[in-house]
Amino acid sequence: METVLFFVFGATALAGALGVVLARNPVHSALFLVQTLVSIAVYFVIQEAELLAAVQVIVYAGAIVVLFLFVIMLIGVDRQEDITQDPIPYQRPIAVALGVAALVELLVLAGSTWATGQHTARGVPVRGGSFGNNVDRVARVLFTDFLWPFELTSLLLVIAIVGGVALARRSRLKPPPTGVPADTPGEVTTR
Amino acid sequence: MIATVTGNYYLVVGALLFTIGAIGLLVRRNVLVMFMCVELMLNAANLTFVTFARMLNDVGGQVIVFFTLVVAAAEVAVGLAIIVAIFRRRQGATADDVDMLKG
Repeated sequence: METVLFFVFGATALAGALGVVLARNPVHSALFLVQTLVSIAVYFVIQEAELLAAVQVIVYAGAIVVLFLFVIMLIGVDRQEDITQDPIPYQRPIAVALGVAALVELLVLAGSTWATGQHTARGVPVRGGSFGNNVDRVARVLFTDFLWPFELTSLLLVIAIVGGVALARRSRLKPPPTGVPADTPGEVTTR
Repeated sequence: MIATVTGNYYLVVGALLFTIGAIGLLVRRNVLVMFMCVELMLNAANLTFVTFARMLNDVGGQVIVFFTLVVAAAEVAVGLAIIVAIFRRRQGATADDVDMLKG
């Protein structure tokens, strides 16, 4: 059962990832991204991370992709990128070569068993023991061992909100008149 | 008889996803698609974390994924705001158009 699910959703995840890279239209890329994210959510269910699967679908496939689609709609989808010209000579062949080299390294690491050692001292197991269901286990670790990072997370989110609002709102000052380059030093607007 | 799926299989899928994301990030010029490739790479890392959590039977790996999710959400919020701000100034969706700071 797990074998069948693994191969089916592995194929959809990889196909979706290829679709993200190869699709010409950014909207299609976003939809392929949803396919990959949902496939990975299925992997999370298989691997006994049920809470993470739900969060993956809600936050990633729900919120983040919708945000992507909003921005695509906002700035337009009809601008085709020129894929024929390399801004840096031989950038794309070098990029593919480096990617394949990274893949070989990752596969060598994934094939070895050096990482399957001991777990942390106070670790809560994924299964077994009397720790309740998956949500209980994650909550127990999140609010004990990872409490300080959890608090820092709120700080990060506040910074992101403030940064997003500050970047996205329109300046009250008038935009520079057409014909004048927007990035001349005199045109820097303080807010 | 099909071989039993072990944790290493998931790690291989994670490596493939990460590589596709990295190559896409380097090859594509559309800023939005580059962002999606970053999301792919983050998801590959998440899958690796969950796989290790299962292999080591320690739920800590799953908790790390939450922090990755938060970082990804913050990154997308600020990054897309930056893209929108750039688009107000100049018409162009490619990364090559943003070379104002080039020496």
